[in-house]
Amino acid sequence: MSSYIELSYWHLAATSVFVFIDAALSVLFGLRVHRSLLFAAIRMVVQLALVGVVLTTLFSVISPLWTGLAALVMVLFAGHEAAQRQERRLSGWWSYGLGTGCMMMSSVVATVFALLIALQPNPWYDPRYAIPLLGMILGNCMTGVGLGLNTLTTSLVSRRPGVEAQLMLGASRQVATAPVTRDALRSALMPVINSMAATGVVSLPGMMTGQILGGVPPVEAVKYQILVMFLIAGGTGLGAVTAVLGGVYRLTDARHRLRLDRLSAPKAS
Amino acid sequence: MRPLLSVRDLQTNLLKPASFSLSAGECIVIRGPSGGGKTLLLRAIADLDPNEGEVRLDGRDRATMSGPEWRRLVGYLPAEPGWWADTVGEHFTDWTAALAVARELGFPTDATDWPIARLSTGERLRLALVRTLMVGPKVLLLDEPTASLDPASARAVETLIAAGVRAGLAVLWVTHDVQQAERVAVRRLVVSGGQVQEELSECPAISS
Repeated sequence: MSSYIELSYWHLAATSVFVFIDAALSVLFGLRVHRSLLFAAIRMVVQLALVGVVLTTLFSVISPLWTGLAALVMVLFAGHEAAQRQERRLSGWWSYGLGTGCMMMSSVVATVFALLIALQPNPWYDPRYAIPLLGMILGNCMTGVGLGLNTLTTSLVSRRPGVEAQLMLGASRQVATAPVTRDALRSALMPVINSMAATGVVSLPGMMTGQILGGVPPVEAVKYQILVMFLIAGGTGLGAVTAVLGGVYRLTDARHRLRLDRLSAPKAS
Repeated sequence: MRPLLSVRDLQTNLLKPASFSLSAGECIVIRGPSGGGKTLLLRAIADLDPNEGEVRLDGRDRATMSGPEWRRLVGYLPAEPGWWADTVGEHFTDWTAALAVARELGFPTDATDWPIARLSTGERLRLALVRTLMVGPKVLLLDEPTASLDPASARAVETLIAAGVRAGLAVLWVTHDVQQAERVAVRRLVVSGGQVQEELSECPAISS
């Protein structure tokens, strides 16, 4: 096997002292976040432990059915997260369905592309490659789709007079919503662009660091990281464009009216 | 004479079925309490809100036209017009052509560079009127177009619309100003509690 240092549970437990320091600071300064901080830490440990068990099982069976099922569960969770982040949601099934559908399509396209063309594991659906790749793409795709839809809905509400003014003058719904659509897409893509620009200078990506700690030569780890960045950019772009255009389609109608009645009331925060 | 705009059983979830018609070169004043549904009526005619009923222009059913095509023929000027770019000029496809009308309402040539954010409410209303007229509608739906104008500007707007009406433009004009209503129109509609009714004058003419 490769040259990595195995962690003992005692060492892990020792490191958790930092979380307790944070909690103590919260008590000291009256931040009142110690409860949620500790809860989040426990939640993380439990979730990751479960993932460890699930991945071990998945990797040992290498079944297309179980890999697909795991992927589906990941997409559904991502869809739920993206919907939760919306200040105003689309009404009915669109709220959950649009984001989830777009993320499923785009992250699966990017992952399958990487598996069939770049990595070519045998079999191609080997969960050891498919699941981590999908996870990384999906995580970023979720941020992009969530931001894009949130910008779209909030700016359609705040810039409604301008959009309707164009409609009143006989513009089509595509033309009238174009400025808002552009803003939504820009904000969806901004995190990916920023992270690509900062990678290697400001931040060392977790995946690459992980591979290096696991004994992979840095140049090989870097190659993987570049691959993943490209896939993330592609998956996020594709997901955000389809989600935002789908949102525009839903919030206008065939008579070229603006249909903000298809949005729910703003979330109380 | 066949009416230019005919509205039959037009209704929305807030507006009760309304029927009336408007001839070319005619102006009808709409009045009624705030929140009574005047704006909703205009928006429904312009097909900006979901609505039911039959609306025809020159005998042509609205349903046979696309929304944008209809709104170019039936222009709606809201009480608070919206803007989608930073300067005045960006809201006009052809400022040089628009200038002919804009001058009548007191705007100089360089108004094209004015930032929207610095315009007064009255300037916004007048520029939005120019913008709407430039599309060349046959019917104009005006929602209190002179509400925040000084008397001189209000007169200029009335004169401009009157010239359009003489040339065959049909106008639905929402106003709270009783004197203005008497100046610009003969027929009146009252919209109250979502109900649209033609107001009969004190001594109704028997002949028709």
